[in-house]
Amino acid sequence: MIQIKGLRKSYGSLTAVDSLDLTIEQGEIFALLGPNGAGKTTTVEILEGYRSRDEGEVSVLGFDPANRGDVANAWRDRIGIVLQDSADGADLTVEESISHFSKYYSKRRDLDQLINAVGLEEKRKSRVHNLSGGQRRRLDVALGLVGTPELLFLDEPTTGFDPEARRAFWDLIRTLKEDGTTILLTTHYLDEAEALADRVGVIAQGKLIEVATPATLGGREEALATVSWRDQSGLLREESALDPTSILRRLLNDFQGEVPALTVKRPTLEEIYLRMIGEAK
Amino acid sequence: MSRLLQALRIGANRGILEIKQFNRAREAVVFTIAFPVILLFIFGSIFDDEIAPSVTFSQYFVAGMIASGLVNSGFQNLAITIPMERDSGALKRLRGTPMPISSYFIGKSIQVAYSMSLQIVLLLLFGSLFFGLEIPSAGAKWIAFAWIVLLGSLSATVLGIAFSSVPKSGRAASAVVSPIVIILQFFSGVFFVFSQLPGWMQQFAAIFPLKWLTQGMRYVFLPDSFATQEVAGGFELGKIALILAVWTIIGSFIAIKTFKWMRK
Repeated sequence: MIQIKGLRKSYGSLTAVDSLDLTIEQGEIFALLGPNGAGKTTTVEILEGYRSRDEGEVSVLGFDPANRGDVANAWRDRIGIVLQDSADGADLTVEESISHFSKYYSKRRDLDQLINAVGLEEKRKSRVHNLSGGQRRRLDVALGLVGTPELLFLDEPTTGFDPEARRAFWDLIRTLKEDGTTILLTTHYLDEAEALADRVGVIAQGKLIEVATPATLGGREEALATVSWRDQSGLLREESALDPTSILRRLLNDFQGEVPALTVKRPTLEEIYLRMIGEAK
Repeated sequence: MSRLLQALRIGANRGILEIKQFNRAREAVVFTIAFPVILLFIFGSIFDDEIAPSVTFSQYFVAGMIASGLVNSGFQNLAITIPMERDSGALKRLRGTPMPISSYFIGKSIQVAYSMSLQIVLLLLFGSLFFGLEIPSAGAKWIAFAWIVLLGSLSATVLGIAFSSVPKSGRAASAVVSPIVIILQFFSGVFFVFSQLPGWMQQFAAIFPLKWLTQGMRYVFLPDSFATQEVAGGFELGKIALILAVWTIIGSFIAIKTFKWMRK
């Protein structure tokens, strides 16, 4: 689906992306993580055909995104792009925008179904400038999906969503995956990456430092787990171990019945990520 | 469907969408449509003396305002709105779709034709009702009117697209573009009688299309006897066509070479 070999891009003396290799498989949700300025946006914009590259081989749906002209338009017919910070078409209604953009594509999604899927049925006749931030974002997603893309680029899709809207959005993305859509997601929300992504890649200073499943990234599976509980004297106790089950066994023996305030905690994806970014500096 | 037809079909759809957006953005409607009419009333009411036998300044001024209308709805409109669309991400979004590039420009041209027609009709209407503008009856005048409007709007459109790469942001665009248009209007004989301007101003204005457009519109709307009042002693229709055509070619070339879909 996407193949990148030895990708390099610099702006003047600043190297934004440095010998990056990555393969994304058909039908997977891949989340690209990294701090601002790490080269995430540059990489994605090269894949989307917006930016040129200095070195390396890039293939997206079997096509070099640096190509232009009619072939490029046929290629764009098969991808969907949801950009960050769009503020266009404010004077059009939701329905007008979606129905107009659908005219660009050969495999159009059904208008009513699409508006339903992004939860904008009550807003379909509203002008875009009257939408809330989250609704506006869902319209962006609808515009990215209108041509039934085989590959969808999602850039920070849930910024400004309330928790409920975010869950609904995740369900929508999972439905797309079930239909076989490949999705490249960039996000600052690690819980989002964990909830959606089959694999995550971490970029720091232009280099891809690791690619793994959310459960195994940065040795997360083997990392120390922390068990905490309240002891008989009422003090909060905490112990970390590679094998937390042994601590639990001991506690079950020590306490008759309930272990007060018991938690077993493994490092969150966010903790692992922050550690990796810290080490990369 | 052939690619050309496809580009035309999507371009027509874009034109409809552009007109819809234009009509809904009230400030833009007021700025491009009503402002010239207001100016017509102010200047036409203050200066109504005869500047030549049976030609009042109001008549002279309406002809100049119609010429300005082409520059407003083509050059000024596009040189301001395209940078704004670049800032809002509209252009980047379009570039990420299979929309043929030519469709975008077809849509813009349709919108320019629409706002330009509105403006010309209003100026003709108010000019003839209140300021003694005589609607020509001779066929030759209408033929000249048609090709001047066509070449004028074409050159203004491509130059507007070409200039849209100059302003650094959508917000700065109006501040960069409007003064250029106003200065050209002063230099090109819209607000003052061209033959009474200092020589260096006349020569400067003669480089740009607006001076030639005003001259062409004077041929259309003023009596033939006014020809002797022109700096060159005639309306120079051939020269007008040539200069507008040259600007259209230069503008198209720059527009194609420099158009940017993203801010950086």
